[in-house]
Amino acid sequence: MSTLLEQEPIVVRPRRTPPAQPPRQPAPVTPRRPARPAILWAVALVAVLALALGLFGYRRSTAAAAGAKPFAAPIPTRAAEPVRGQEVAQLASPPNVPRPITRTYATKVIVNLEVVEKTMRLADGVEYTFWTFGGSVPGSFIRVREGDQVELHLKNHPGSTMPHNIDLHAVTGPGGGAEASMAVPGQESVFRFTALNPGLYAYHCAFAPASLHVANGMYGLILVQPKEGMPAVDREYYVMQGDFYTKGAHGAPGLQPFDLQKAIDERPDYVVFNGAVGSLTGDHALRAKTGETVRLFVGNGGPNLTSSFHVIGEVFDNVYTEGGTLAQHNVQTTSIPPGGSAIVEFRTETPGKLVLVDHALFRAFSKGTVGLIQVEGGQRAGAFGGHVSTHPYTPGR
Amino acid sequence: MRVSSLFLAITLALGAAGAAAAAPVGPEMARIPGGRYLPLFARGPGSVRVAPFALDRRPVTRGEYLAFVRTRPGWRRDRVRRAFAGPGYLAGWPAADSAGAARELRLPATGVSWFAAKAYCAWRGKRLPTTDEWEFAALASESARDAARDPAFVARLLALYTSRRPRPVGSTFRNVYGVWDLHGLAWEWTLDFNSLMVSDDSRGTAARDHALYCAAGVIGATDARNYPAFLRYGFRAALEGRTTIDGLGFRCAQDL
Repeated sequence: MSTLLEQEPIVVRPRRTPPAQPPRQPAPVTPRRPARPAILWAVALVAVLALALGLFGYRRSTAAAAGAKPFAAPIPTRAAEPVRGQEVAQLASPPNVPRPITRTYATKVIVNLEVVEKTMRLADGVEYTFWTFGGSVPGSFIRVREGDQVELHLKNHPGSTMPHNIDLHAVTGPGGGAEASMAVPGQESVFRFTALNPGLYAYHCAFAPASLHVANGMYGLILVQPKEGMPAVDREYYVMQGDFYTKGAHGAPGLQPFDLQKAIDERPDYVVFNGAVGSLTGDHALRAKTGETVRLFVGNGGPNLTSSFHVIGEVFDNVYTEGGTLAQHNVQTTSIPPGGSAIVEFRTETPGKLVLVDHALFRAFSKGTVGLIQVEGGQRAGAFGGHVSTHPYTPGR
Repeated sequence: MRVSSLFLAITLALGAAGAAAAAPVGPEMARIPGGRYLPLFARGPGSVRVAPFALDRRPVTRGEYLAFVRTRPGWRRDRVRRAFAGPGYLAGWPAADSAGAARELRLPATGVSWFAAKAYCAWRGKRLPTTDEWEFAALASESARDAARDPAFVARLLALYTSRRPRPVGSTFRNVYGVWDLHGLAWEWTLDFNSLMVSDDSRGTAARDHALYCAAGVIGATDARNYPAFLRYGFRAALEGRTTIDGLGFRCAQDL
């Protein structure tokens, strides 16, 4: 079973405009990287052809690509690979992502995840007692390879007030591991699963009442990298949206307790990326250079709101919708439900700030869903003409 | 889990059979008149009748528990049998026979297993409250016997539950019965803390699933908005008799 993930190059934009059609944007004065686009285009063509011929690729996708019978996607049998050796997973705190896995075989991966309840900044002057996987919201990013046997050690800090557990959406088994991983404060519980399906999956605490545990920040992402690997990109980042419900209104200072009624009514005071207003702005802005390829692993912890994830000033070259195997191209805004994800890829074209938002814009303006990617480097010819002129406009004269 | 459930069932049966004539109720206890209430997870149709009982006005303190340990050294942390108390038993104490300075003696006795709590109450001629008794007394606010559906009270409990820190007993609030600290100081053991599992034993782990996990937790609940109760029931269901947790203490009850 292979996937499309490794077959989706991030196209170089000028070649995307067919010569016969009027260009969507000013034609570049100088064609950028004249040699590479042709090669990439050829690679993409070969990939599409190969898919159509069924030489390789995920059969469901093949059927779709070749226009085969509708509703005819086979349900695959996923046999566990032989497991060789053992390693301890290197986790990463947001917005960072662990390095790509270069291993070509399945192994036993130990994941050590500590549950800590801690008071942290939610906005300037506003604190909240978050419940966390690994001390951050969202929790530590877990990266494993398809076929890996994962041994997850969930360690509930003795200072916790609650029992906790973990339901990983990548797990095929009861509760996604929830029951098997339950740990009271001061306990460590260990459970095993095999990462059978590749993709980007949410994980969260599912201890009763799960809605409250999630509302307090208990979620994160696990990437099950496909066997074939993923194409190298220049930057990978981890962004996860969440909605928070505080007793005081947005901006009310001090330690804010959770507000149950607002949560039931789905009226959050804060809708933020990575657990706080400003976690991706100012000194914390994500960084890239012009001409680089960027991959965002985007999740939504919810608990209530669906994210209309958009990056102002970019078009997503590839979006692996819902964190699955198929890539959609040339996407402006992608919908990410609570407990869901998307992998978003693009090539930066122009220096300046790219702005991450939930395009349900009152959330961005008034509740905190704003992040930045600071793009540095030279202006790339053609992509953006910039300001040309300003004149008085006097209609009716 | 199954072993401890069985054990509990046996001890409950023995306890019921051996209930001694009521000892005099001391001034440290409040009289709870009893009545009917609807538990979050009802074990049968309709409400549950709670008979009048007496309940300690305050959780058992470290100082009081120290006296017990000195009298019954088998419950010292360096002598206790591991089957009766996990490795976190009294772990917050500076030494096996010292519960700390004067201020610390006023903290609730936590890090105590169910077996230990039960032994303490027996030593005092008392017993642990049943879950129904505890929940019944805990419905009360300062001014009302049943405030469970008062949104302000529910919100306050949630805030208390999620902002716990070590504080002396008598520092949260005193309810209408004169009982302090049922919410927000420490979780508390009950006699039949895992009764939800015992009662549904014939269905294997089904009861545990429905009580604990994710959205399934709401199935069978009598009040889907009572989050403090969800937290309490969930917490209890996660326990075993030998579990010891920093934030888990107890108080004793008595028949009237």
